[in-house]
Amino acid sequence: MSLVDRHVGFVHALREAGLPVSLAEGLDAARALRVIDLTERESLRAAYAATLVKKPAYRPGFDMLFDLWFPSSTSGMDGRPADDAPLPDLREHLSRLLAGATDPEMREFARAMVERFGRQPAAEGRQNWFSYSVMRALSPETLMARILQGVPRGGLEEKSTRQRVTANIKRFEDAVATDVRRRIAEDSGIERIARSAVRPPLDQLDFLRITRADLVRLRREVHPLARRLAARLTIRQRHGRRGRLDFRRTVRASLSTGGVPMDPRFRPPRPHKPELVILCDTSDSVSSFAHFTLLLTYALREQFTKVRAFGFVDTVDEITRFFAPGGDVSEALAKLATEANMSRFGRTNYGRAFEEFAEKDVIGPKTSLLILGDARSNYQPPALDTLKRLVKDARHAYWLNPEPRRQWDSGDSLATSYGSIVPMRECRNIAQLAEFIERLA
Amino acid sequence: MFNSPADVSERLAAVDYLSDDSIATSVFLAAALGKPLLAEGPAGVGKTQLAKAVAQATGANLIRLQCYEGLDEARALYEWNYKKQLLRIQATSSDDDIFSEEFLLERPLLKAIRSAEPTVLLIDETDKADVEVEGLLLELLSDFQITIPELGTIEATLRPFVVLTSNATRELSEALKRRCLYLHIEYPTQERERDIVLAQVPTLPGDLAEQLARTVATLRALELKKAPSVAETIDWARTLLALGREELDESTVAGTLGVVLKHASDQARARKELGL
Repeated sequence: MSLVDRHVGFVHALREAGLPVSLAEGLDAARALRVIDLTERESLRAAYAATLVKKPAYRPGFDMLFDLWFPSSTSGMDGRPADDAPLPDLREHLSRLLAGATDPEMREFARAMVERFGRQPAAEGRQNWFSYSVMRALSPETLMARILQGVPRGGLEEKSTRQRVTANIKRFEDAVATDVRRRIAEDSGIERIARSAVRPPLDQLDFLRITRADLVRLRREVHPLARRLAARLTIRQRHGRRGRLDFRRTVRASLSTGGVPMDPRFRPPRPHKPELVILCDTSDSVSSFAHFTLLLTYALREQFTKVRAFGFVDTVDEITRFFAPGGDVSEALAKLATEANMSRFGRTNYGRAFEEFAEKDVIGPKTSLLILGDARSNYQPPALDTLKRLVKDARHAYWLNPEPRRQWDSGDSLATSYGSIVPMRECRNIAQLAEFIERLA
Repeated sequence: MFNSPADVSERLAAVDYLSDDSIATSVFLAAALGKPLLAEGPAGVGKTQLAKAVAQATGANLIRLQCYEGLDEARALYEWNYKKQLLRIQATSSDDDIFSEEFLLERPLLKAIRSAEPTVLLIDETDKADVEVEGLLLELLSDFQITIPELGTIEATLRPFVVLTSNATRELSEALKRRCLYLHIEYPTQERERDIVLAQVPTLPGDLAEQLARTVATLRALELKKAPSVAETIDWARTLLALGREELDESTVAGTLGVVLKHASDQARARKELGL
């Protein structure tokens, strides 16, 4: 494959994996290739990353594809045990690496181990490569005890050693997986393996299909968005109201009319903190979404001075008290699950939730109401009039629905009925949430 | 400006800025391709410092535009000196042109464009500014020129090396990102952080720096509201030096935790998780 073909194929694969690489950026990358030393692989990676990857969420997918398109050379096998070394020696070597190794050392060892343990003969003349057989043979996690020998127990020292070793085990696993993918790609073509191996970037992960590990990473993405949302709602209130006279700009504007101030200019008024009321569905059918909405609630709670949050399944409970600013989010979520009173029969009932919510009388002319839920109400009465009244009383109302739009109105979904009262938006991932927030103002 | 990424890291190291592969390559490419560099990452990992180091290493002037909500054209680009214009109108009855060079007040962006000497333009915390400011920057970032309606287009005599920084509190626009090279700066690896600490606090014993870097890495792995920044690690090093501590044991950490963790909940969490 020539360099140009490789470049084009790589850019293509990035686009296919969901990275928005524009034509201009592709050209930048090509230009970058002309000024850097192509034999320096990490330099090449950094050059591609600088020109093509403009969001950290895209980085893991990028790295995976880069390793496939620009595999490291397989030469240089010095300084590690021979191929036929006995298993205990290999494990000894690995435990040294886990205590602290440079990337090339780690990669090289991983490559040798895949060569030795990762191969499984398949049909005639073909072979399959697996990482699990490598990990099973070496079982790095059982090496922890050995590495911890000589480290004083129960203190800071042990804690930080454990953490470093765990991180290095993950690095080793990644190095093995990378090499396995490289070998599969050699056998069956880069494109095929690329398509199946790359996970969607974090901001396009579906809220309804989120794993716990993803949630931890999402937490970091949600905070800035909450801050943005707070700022956006503040800006909305600012529009249309005038502040104090801006003398300087008024005089400046009067120049064109010979010093007669025809066009008075005003300073923007001081921003008012809006009140935000969040009403979120916390039932099991949307549990991972609920988890996310609670994260969002938590983040918003820190941004707004006045925010009240209500959770419901078939009965409503105010959950603001669990989200004290400065508190611990995971503890708050755990307490919420055991102490809050949101479920009586355990079946989502939007109608009843709205009725009860209206009785609490928390909506006023300054309130922005944010409803989060999938609008699936188990065929219970929808209480449309109550919702209509709530929306009329509020300053703004928005509904974010975690379901794909094509599933709306199927089965017990009341998306269109509710959507005719409150503007409803599909919000399945961070990207859509960010878009919603950007469009608010 | 630079010969190679290795040259970048050497010259930055000479002014006490320790870079890594991706930082060195990105800075080199930004200089070689003549493109602005957008550095994004958590607070306190050395984004602003990078711009300063580049300026220092290349002997260029540093012009800084600090962004904030409400930043406008008059503060970022240029403004007309209306007092002077008014006086001129009153003093001369002729219809003098009051929109000429002599009434123009330079602001950082225009100054960077017109500077005849090598310049590093630092647009700091771009994410703090309103979206409209991004629009303002687009012309500058793609063509290194600024159009003033009354005067015409001013082109850069010498292209400044532009660094934009952002804490990613909001997503910058696609248009802006497309014009820039992108550098995501993360917290440094343990080894690099140790070296940074030693570069900044040379009198610190080596193994204490090692311990410090390891402890900070452990703290960052906890789920904190605000992870310790590199600047705070350096503060910590100075604190230990001032206290005359030779070792970073549990009691020392517990006693000086306030230097790196500045939320009560974070401190409580660290005490609990680390058994202090």
